[in-house]
Amino acid sequence: METYALLLISTVLVNNFVLVQFLGLCPFMGVSSKLESAVGMAAATTFVLTLSSALTFLAYQYVLLPLDLVYLRTVTFILVIAVTVQFTEMFVKKASPLLYRVLGVFLPLITVNCIVLGVALINLKKMDNTLVTALLTGLGAGVGFSLVLVLFAAMRERIAVADVPVAFRGPAIALVTAGLMSLAFMGFSGLIRI
Amino acid sequence: MMTVLIAVGALITLALLFGAILGFASVRFRVEGNPIVQQIDALLPQTQCGQCGYPGCKPYAEAVAGGDLHNKCVPGGNDTVVKLSELLGREVLVLDADEADQVPVKKVAYIREAECIGCTKCIQACPVDAILGAAQKMHTVITDECTGCDLCVEPCPVDCIEMRPVAVTPQTWTWQKPDGIGAAAARRIPLIEAGRAGEAA
Repeated sequence: METYALLLISTVLVNNFVLVQFLGLCPFMGVSSKLESAVGMAAATTFVLTLSSALTFLAYQYVLLPLDLVYLRTVTFILVIAVTVQFTEMFVKKASPLLYRVLGVFLPLITVNCIVLGVALINLKKMDNTLVTALLTGLGAGVGFSLVLVLFAAMRERIAVADVPVAFRGPAIALVTAGLMSLAFMGFSGLIRI
Repeated sequence: MMTVLIAVGALITLALLFGAILGFASVRFRVEGNPIVQQIDALLPQTQCGQCGYPGCKPYAEAVAGGDLHNKCVPGGNDTVVKLSELLGREVLVLDADEADQVPVKKVAYIREAECIGCTKCIQACPVDAILGAAQKMHTVITDECTGCDLCVEPCPVDCIEMRPVAVTPQTWTWQKPDGIGAAAARRIPLIEAGRAGEAA
């Protein structure tokens, strides 16, 4: 139990996938200009990350390993992730139109997001790689992504109306802000070692 | 050679399997085409106030889908205009309203209760049932329900309804926005007086 809690804290704060490992920077810069859409994107990404990291684990463990095809993991994982996202989109559209209106737009965006593939591949390098740890890593990565995305979007909403020097306006100040946030998150390093 | 065949075979099998799943899902979870009118209607505030010139939100949604301008919804404000233009892929237009309606301060109706004669006309006019009262009895506005649509002001025979701005509470308070581009330069204290700087140069 304690290991699982530590694993969650480690993926959310210490090894935050966006600010410490620099994965998933595209939506981090792209979908963060409005808080509302950032929340939607965060929820959708968390959902997809949790689901896909469990499924890629299963595909690795029960298809790739027995057939001795480990070198095909990247292709297989992309396939699994794409199918998962597509299936989820169809299912949500049918089951809950309300949820679809919140998450629907973002689901196809996540398919090709490097954080999803990154978590799946990093999962393989873990020493104690079980379904539960894979699931928790996915969930932690999603929660960490949500945390920084929402914080960053809130800051960017204020930066948008602030008096920024001409040379820094637009993406420049956003990247500077992201860098400072990253520095802040680096402060967690060494808190937990797994 | 065998390894390559196994690899190719495994990938093809996986792809076929996933393709079958998706194909099944697309048939099983087919959704009746979501007409654009419903999506527009969902974005409108549903106050049914008629300020757009149509009898309600649904008719206006149909009109917008049919090509009418999408900037006529006053209660929805600029927010709705932007959302509608995103949905429809049209240009963002300026909200079609009077100057007074564009004031960002949210207002709600207030009935000066001493003057109210209990005629119920404002109750009938209110699109969201936010006015409480009965015939010959004093009326009052449920502030939380009032959308500030102004429709009750006109029918009142004794003019006892006014629009008052909503007071800021700890729940609705937000940080004030930064002063905007150019503000920092104006705030800066000039270290060198303008006249002396000219002399030196």
